[in-house]
Amino acid sequence: MEHIRTPKVENVRLIDRLTPRKSVVGTLYLSSTHTIFVENSDARRETWVLHSLVGSIERPPTTPSGSPLVIRCKNFQVYQLLLPQEKDCVDIQASLIRLSRPDRYGELFCFSFQPNVDKEEREKAWGFLDLHAEFSRMGIPSNLWHITPANHEYRVCDTYPSELFVPKSASPAVIVGSAKFRSRGRLPVLSYFHRDTSAAVCRSSQPLSGFSARSLEDEQMLQAIMKSNPASEYMYVVDTRPKLNAMANRAAGKGYENEDHYTNIKLHFIGIENIHVMRNSQQKITDVGDMRSPSMGDFLWGLENSGWLKHIKAVLDAGVFIVKAVAEEGVSVLVHCSDGWDRTAQACSVASVLLDPFYRTIRGLMVLIEKDWVSFGHKFSHRYSHLEGDPKEVSPVIDQFLECVWQLMEQFPCAFEFNERFLLQLHTHIHSCQYGNFIGNSQKERRDLRINERTHSVWPHLWENRAEYINPLYRADHSQSKGILRPVTTPYCFKFWKGMYSPAERGVALRQSPSDSLNAVREESQQLEEELSAHQEVPRETDAGQAPN
Amino acid sequence: MEFAELIKTPRVDGVVLHRPFLPTVEGTLCLTGHHLILSSRQDNTEELWLLHSNIDAIEKRFIGSLGTIIVKCKDLRIIQLDIPGMEECLNIASSIEALSTLDSVSLMYPFFYRPMFEVIEDGWHLFSPEEAFKDLESMTDEWRLSEVNKDFTVCPSYPSLVTVPKDIDDDTLCKAAAFRHGGRFPVLSYYHKKNGMVMMRAGQPLTGTNGRRCKEDEKLINATLRAGKRGYIIDTRTIAVAQQAKARGGGFEQEANYPQWRRIHKAIERSNILQESLIKLVEACNDQSNSMDRWLSKLEASNWQSHVKEILTTACLAAQCIDRSGASVLVHGTEGTDSTLQVTSLAQIILEPACRTIRGFQALVEREWLQAGHPFQQRCAQSAYSNGKPRSEAPVFLLFLDCVWQILRQFPCSFQFNEHFLITLFEHAYASQFGTFLGNSAAESRVKLKLSRKTVSLWSWVNRPQELERFVNPLYEPNSLVIWPSVAPQSLLLWEGVFLRWNRSTKFLDEAYEEMVHIIEYNKELQNKVNSLRRQLAQLETEDSPLQTP
Repeated sequence: MEHIRTPKVENVRLIDRLTPRKSVVGTLYLSSTHTIFVENSDARRETWVLHSLVGSIERPPTTPSGSPLVIRCKNFQVYQLLLPQEKDCVDIQASLIRLSRPDRYGELFCFSFQPNVDKEEREKAWGFLDLHAEFSRMGIPSNLWHITPANHEYRVCDTYPSELFVPKSASPAVIVGSAKFRSRGRLPVLSYFHRDTSAAVCRSSQPLSGFSARSLEDEQMLQAIMKSNPASEYMYVVDTRPKLNAMANRAAGKGYENEDHYTNIKLHFIGIENIHVMRNSQQKITDVGDMRSPSMGDFLWGLENSGWLKHIKAVLDAGVFIVKAVAEEGVSVLVHCSDGWDRTAQACSVASVLLDPFYRTIRGLMVLIEKDWVSFGHKFSHRYSHLEGDPKEVSPVIDQFLECVWQLMEQFPCAFEFNERFLLQLHTHIHSCQYGNFIGNSQKERRDLRINERTHSVWPHLWENRAEYINPLYRADHSQSKGILRPVTTPYCFKFWKGMYSPAERGVALRQSPSDSLNAVREESQQLEEELSAHQEVPRETDAGQAPN
Repeated sequence: MEFAELIKTPRVDGVVLHRPFLPTVEGTLCLTGHHLILSSRQDNTEELWLLHSNIDAIEKRFIGSLGTIIVKCKDLRIIQLDIPGMEECLNIASSIEALSTLDSVSLMYPFFYRPMFEVIEDGWHLFSPEEAFKDLESMTDEWRLSEVNKDFTVCPSYPSLVTVPKDIDDDTLCKAAAFRHGGRFPVLSYYHKKNGMVMMRAGQPLTGTNGRRCKEDEKLINATLRAGKRGYIIDTRTIAVAQQAKARGGGFEQEANYPQWRRIHKAIERSNILQESLIKLVEACNDQSNSMDRWLSKLEASNWQSHVKEILTTACLAAQCIDRSGASVLVHGTEGTDSTLQVTSLAQIILEPACRTIRGFQALVEREWLQAGHPFQQRCAQSAYSNGKPRSEAPVFLLFLDCVWQILRQFPCSFQFNEHFLITLFEHAYASQFGTFLGNSAAESRVKLKLSRKTVSLWSWVNRPQELERFVNPLYEPNSLVIWPSVAPQSLLLWEGVFLRWNRSTKFLDEAYEEMVHIIEYNKELQNKVNSLRRQLAQLETEDSPLQTP
């Protein structure tokens, strides 16, 4: 509480950015976790903004009507306030800056968030998703793939999960040797196994090949992966970076696999840009979404200039390439970028969504995020600036994955069990720090923070509320829901994601959601079904009652 | 003239047809006076029946003696015909070219078409000005139906009956007509029942450079104002364009002469610019090799979406003046037959729930486009592929349909019709077996072409129950409110159903639509079952009650 200089300001105006005349006056409160605005009207409507969701707080120059304060959230919601006194405005801004950017994990909201669940339930909640079960769903372990204890206590790689799936034929020496030849020890391991073709999607970081270095163990590791798919004679190494970037890394003793040293590999570059390019691009697309009454030309120019859709297309194309290799050619793929925790996570998880209908269900998408992102050390706290830190580490990596899923939903409206709201909710939770799932940058870090004991898991919470996230058009037995998705990635298939980048506009332009009204119809149908079956039981009961006569 | 003279080679065997999303077909190509037909004589393949009038442009290519004709249609589809034999190919090409560019309206297919269905309700008699006036009479007695234009001499592009203020006599109308472009004196377009405000439309006033005025014109439009109230004149042109119009005898209402009116200028483009925009947009959509940057920059450069936004914005403005500011509105551009009609008809979609029904929308198209003298024949003579010098072609009506589609997207439950209905209207405006969109005005279609006697109305066909079914929006729930669309670029989309229709398969979207229909149908089915059970139960209870006491 020491950061709160002014806990309460009266006669504050909350500006409706689309229709200013709908603005309301009320009281602004600062708590240790939220900014709360309570309307003066009879309804006393409340607006709560979590501090950890606040991205930036601007204070435009004071005007005769008051001191404005603009709160921009990480989920792109914007709140515009007008305070009567400049001094209060300065105080609130200073407090919010401090409160929204804690410098220790302990200050994050998840450590103080106490929903009404007991200890036992909390523990159970952390077991809600089971990655073991997920791998066995894929048919792993098998006679060719098994779990290795090599990373027990994170000995080989401290950003990987402790349990890794590798080819049975890879000896411990090969595993350790391969890890030594990869950036941060992130050796090639299994991410997804495609049962139909026995082809695997593996992931790693870049090899430390420089201009001439090689590692027999690493070469053997790739050989082992290729051999674990008995039908194939070669495998792909998908380097998701632009080739130029990959080449530049060689000067730093890193780079990509030399095709002369690795037998039977085919190297393929995808050209997804790095986190810095993506950060700038998202800033631009956010500005585009936030433009006040732009002309159509301004908007389309901004969209093009941001480069955002081009990047989304690159990520989706990476997934499409992997799917083609795995499902059509039946060839295993090793995916990497530089560190193997950003672009690699994107490419692997997009490919998984295309390959496997399970990942298009509510539970499946949770499992996928838990597996490819959380367990494999995607640096959530760095990328989504949970703490005050290096702004150059921030980048919308998972945003792009969620957007790829959204773009796919637009092309395949019946193929996904969840709706747009689910994606937006996931995005908010990834940034909000209300639950412990996305805190820290690796499994090890979360273990050290004792996340399981001190915070709650978001997955059961989302699951309980799944009725809100249901896509009414989804049917598991629909031909569109089954099998592999083959999206078209011609530029005109990509749309501006209004729900994400123009949240205000979304509310205005879609006052009628077909999805919601269809859900209501379905609910009614369900009740009618129940009533029908109840009615149909009645005559039988009467019959039974009359039988003795 | 005999069609046979134009058909140099009536049939060629061994022609291979390529078209979007369908397997190639080999068969016999036949040319008739109105159709290009390709038949494989096999039961399981779909034949091609293409109206010559649907052909926008053709291209020929030769590899050895194998000729290829690329046929580009007005509905934006592109098909390819591989024709063995150079001479046959050249003959076919020149015949198609001649048959698809016939100048004489009376040679068009609608005059030869005999319906294969029984006309139950004749579309030609569904929407007369008299009928519309009856509706109006039930709401107000301030208007009258004038016959001043009964022989189309006062205004050649108006219908014979127009609705004007009751207190204005025909003499005044004639004088006002002389002061308006094309004789298009201000007439009633829409009466807003909620507050009695009205929307009128006209041609531009002929003020010229020396600021001519016309007392009768002023009197006419002032007669629509309530005492002490002001009205709005929405000029669809920018002030600069309106100024320039003075040099050619046109102009705009001077404040001094119309003190009770506030004039607002908007910026809806003229027809030749719209045509250029369509050509650029379709070119961008058809180029699959575009990178993302190039696609977005071409989309922007086409300006199509800007036109959609500007038209919708102007329509919202007109609707706002009427509904929110409680003021009457006069809309005009230059001729009053293009942008004016876009604005007045869209404003009615926003304000009037009846216009969002299938029948109401037909009435709107009849009233605000066909009878209001939009020159369909001229505007829809060519579409996006025409390489000839554009004369007066322009996608004015297509832009209107696009705007309706945008509102439909934003209010998916408020329209009784679906996207398919709008696409069908687009197709028929450009090429049709029906006579509805022939001619350029009521005078032409009634007096000269006698369409209602010689052709079948599109509405006669559309309103058959088996056709209607395809046009009904399953989500429709009547909404009596004014619907305000968002005109922010973030909320306006490219109309894929028209512009990407032949470039990407809609299989998955169609499946989604079917699923939606299924959910709603199933619900109805259940409701019926439950209701009948409830009735049975109630009946049983009354019958059983005496038995319950032993």
